[in-house]
Amino acid sequence: MMAAVPEIRLRGLTVCHGRRPAVHHLTGRFAPGSLTAVVGPNGAGKTTLLRAIAGLHKPEEGRVELGSGAARVALLPQQAALDRQFPIACLDVVMLGLWSAVGPFRRVPRALRDRAAEALAAVGLAGFEARPVGSLSAGQFQRVLFARLLLEDAPIILLDEPFNAVDARTASDLLRVVKRWHGEGRTVIAVLHDLDLVRREFPDTLLLAREPIAWGPTAEALSAANRLRARMMAEAWAEEAEACARGGGEAIAA
Amino acid sequence: MAGKRSPPSETVPGGPPAEARALLYDLLLAPFIEFGFLRRALVGCLALSVAGPPLGVFLVLRRMSLTADVMAHGVLPGIAAAFLVAGLSVPALWLGGLVAGLAVAVGAGALSRATGGREDAALAGLYLVALALGVALVSVRGGAVDLTHLLFGSVLGVDDPALLLMAGTATVTLLALAVAWRPLVLECFDPGFARAVGARGAAWHLGFLALVALNVLAAFQALGTLMAVGLMMLPAVASRHWARGVGGMVYAAAGIAAVSSALGLLLSYHLDLPSGPAIVLVAGLAWALSVLFGPVDGLLPRLVRRPHLAG
Repeated sequence: MMAAVPEIRLRGLTVCHGRRPAVHHLTGRFAPGSLTAVVGPNGAGKTTLLRAIAGLHKPEEGRVELGSGAARVALLPQQAALDRQFPIACLDVVMLGLWSAVGPFRRVPRALRDRAAEALAAVGLAGFEARPVGSLSAGQFQRVLFARLLLEDAPIILLDEPFNAVDARTASDLLRVVKRWHGEGRTVIAVLHDLDLVRREFPDTLLLAREPIAWGPTAEALSAANRLRARMMAEAWAEEAEACARGGGEAIAA
Repeated sequence: MAGKRSPPSETVPGGPPAEARALLYDLLLAPFIEFGFLRRALVGCLALSVAGPPLGVFLVLRRMSLTADVMAHGVLPGIAAAFLVAGLSVPALWLGGLVAGLAVAVGAGALSRATGGREDAALAGLYLVALALGVALVSVRGGAVDLTHLLFGSVLGVDDPALLLMAGTATVTLLALAVAWRPLVLECFDPGFARAVGARGAAWHLGFLALVALNVLAAFQALGTLMAVGLMMLPAVASRHWARGVGGMVYAAAGIAAVSSALGLLLSYHLDLPSGPAIVLVAGLAWALSVLFGPVDGLLPRLVRRPHLAG
């Protein structure tokens, strides 16, 4: 049913905004089917990392390897640039998740349309098919975006602060969806701030502060020492930073 | 009704009396029946009405309501340059306008992306320059008469080539909208997602801008460059008060534009007004009525206090 889930390999990945690195020489791998939390202070490059994995931000150096073929990556952005007042019904938004299956022109087959309605039901929005998205609350809208992710049926799913601005019930409902993906063997990477949640639900953690601080089983990665090191990250730019001399990321294996 | 028969020439049962019918005929039908140029203008404007306003709806949804206006000014130097080179040849004017209109719209986007400035600022800068350049070019040779014709159009100017141009543009636009509907809606609603799924949003957007330029060009003969956008944007702005979906808004916009075209031409005939402003004024009236009475977010329906629902 689902394409083989590839391993995600980062090799000396450096992603910059201008010349300033947001992700600096990151090397490591996300195992197929792993469920990883990406944790770190603001400005640590978490969002940039997800965008680089999704292919939306070109690395300055190093690369992201997604197995052999072009595995599809589904990304839930932190603050989607979408227009929440747009005159469109919930079901139509969810069906946009079928883009890679249906393309721009072909009609949506009955079976897929039914799956879109099922996806809405799975995120607790049964009966919302015809509701305009403008009438939804922030939490309900996040549920709709999750339903769209469900329909994308991608082997790799990237979530950027998925539980921000939603209430506890919505968060736990959406977390159930995340666990369902994990159970299906998909690779899920989520940027999160709630460390208790991470410790409870995420087996692996990448602690990032522009440079990788720790990457491995959550309990070890989130040790007090590691968290202190992450907090020490200088958020300000060094005024007279020189060109980085570290080349070829493979040398600094994780 | 049976057994009781009214004289046929006096009244139709339930219909208006003869004088009223004659008046309605004089007001609404006679101008079009008697004058070929008005008929042509009506056909042309109806063609513009089904194609332009749907594009306007997408422009409004993209928060690009001013782009069509910018294009209408942007085509001017192209038309004027073509006029200087090739004289009053419709294909040459059309090509010149298309190139200039696209250059302004695409150029502003590219400029703001390359320099990080705001796109609306780049648009404003480019269109002011384009307008000045256009007026300067026209006055080099044509003089005031040509300029007025270009800026404000004339229903008398709707000859066969112009009519074919309008109908052809409308046909191309409707076909293109039918084909590109889904990518356009996606690119409008969630450009980030469009990029993430590789929907080539930029290419669709460029094609869409080309359609807008084509429609502005088709309209300038009847309405003039300054008024061409009115028939595209006013119905589109009004349409959001009549429907909650993009499809419904498109139908509403086309309907409002068609009615405004017909009424505007009549107004222009009876009151001896220039056709472009008359049509745009009627469209403006339609907008005002939509704001007041439209079922979606209209002002007056809100005044009627109805008890809130139980759940």
